[in-house]
Amino acid sequence: MTYHWDFGFLLQLGPLLLQGLMNTAKLWAVALVCGLAIGLVVGVFRTSPSRTLRVIGTFYVETIRNTPGLVQLIWIFYALPILTGLQSSPWIAAVVSLSIYAGAYSAEIYRAGIASVELGQWEAARALGFGYINQMRYVVLPQALTRMVPAFGNRAIELAKATTLASTIAFGELLYTAKIIAEDQYRPLETYTALTLLFTAVLLPLSYATIQLERRLGKKGTLHRE
Amino acid sequence: MNEVLRLEGLTKSYGNVPVLKGIDLTVRRGETVCLIGASGSGKSTLLRCVNFLGYPTSGRIFLEGKLVGREITDRSGTKLVKYREAELCSVRAHVGMVFQQFNLFPHMTAEENVMIAPIKIRGLTKSQARDLAAVHLKKVGILEKARSYPGQLSGGQQQRVAIARALAMEPAIMLFDEATSALDPELVGEVLLAMRQLAQDGTTMLVVTHELGFAYNVAHRVAFLHEGTIHEEGTPEEVLVKPCKSRTQDFLRGHTTFRMPEPKL
Repeated sequence: MTYHWDFGFLLQLGPLLLQGLMNTAKLWAVALVCGLAIGLVVGVFRTSPSRTLRVIGTFYVETIRNTPGLVQLIWIFYALPILTGLQSSPWIAAVVSLSIYAGAYSAEIYRAGIASVELGQWEAARALGFGYINQMRYVVLPQALTRMVPAFGNRAIELAKATTLASTIAFGELLYTAKIIAEDQYRPLETYTALTLLFTAVLLPLSYATIQLERRLGKKGTLHRE
Repeated sequence: MNEVLRLEGLTKSYGNVPVLKGIDLTVRRGETVCLIGASGSGKSTLLRCVNFLGYPTSGRIFLEGKLVGREITDRSGTKLVKYREAELCSVRAHVGMVFQQFNLFPHMTAEENVMIAPIKIRGLTKSQARDLAAVHLKKVGILEKARSYPGQLSGGQQQRVAIARALAMEPAIMLFDEATSALDPELVGEVLLAMRQLAQDGTTMLVVTHELGFAYNVAHRVAFLHEGTIHEEGTPEEVLVKPCKSRTQDFLRGHTTFRMPEPKL
């Protein structure tokens, strides 16, 4: 069987694909920022001297990490409205669900990063008269964040791929757009191949940058020395 | 008030293991007191109790004549001291600490290491703090490295920056926890010299050290710790040259680095 590849129709549908790409980028960016913010709070909870905060943080992280992202999304979009009586748009449901998802994973990165800072650093800050919050803020976090950068890079790539989950609730991101095009044009092979190439083209540079950062950090331990 | 620090009946246990068994010690203004003793005798634990990096199990600590914490009597009639974290933060801000491992902040330059606490805790402006940092970095002879990161400095230089960092808080007393033990032998001298200079300038210091030569030459008083108690205390001459107690004599006999005292300067 010979298949006649024809990508021509995709060029005409360029604006539609671009729209999908923009929606994917928007979802990715918003969920990433929200996820990092949630993760910071939960990560600090997880390393806090307070047992209550640690339990709350652990509960959140373990619940989210041990359920599929797709189930979380569907739950938020279809089940949550029954509880609250508020139907959210696919966009809101996607943002909320992916932020919560990204938050749990980035919390673990923060926790590991904070734990990697030597006890002596905490003690030195404490001995100068800094309270817990300020020890964290001025001494521990700045060092931990530098060490976390490669892990966040990997997380960002994972999240970019996870945005495709939103296609299941009819949010018009790339995969959903591609599905519509494929069905409309009867050309799934070209459409999904193009989708694959598009994701690779966008994420490959990001992967590469992360590897470079990892290498630089691996050599020096921190970005600041030298 | 002549007295900067007074410890009364200080004890510290880890679980059921007593490390300090009732320490009484006074440090007066301008005085340098050296704590010596074998590893595990409780020297560092004692020092860490003074600025509450470790909490004493019982006993009282007076800083500049004021009891740290609040004394209460519990139901069984035992007197306890309760500490509030906010009060301890302010105590720590008035007590300078120099660690064996320096513990400089690697993401800040030498100067920034010295500036951060005066800015954030004492409320100095950036330019005030920079001037203050210059004064103290100069005092320990390392002003030319103000813009270097700790990773670019030798151990001796790092430790001197750490001393400047503690001094910049203008503490009532400086604590040194084996400040030279982690250094290469050729770098010990520069740090001891800086410490000696401080002592001569009248800084109140409580120094845990294995450098008996330093203790002999610089300390006003030396306390020998043994198994969690102050076994012998007196002038350097009394404790290091003519010790009365057999434990002290044994300890000194074991110290090859202190056969003959260096000439007193």
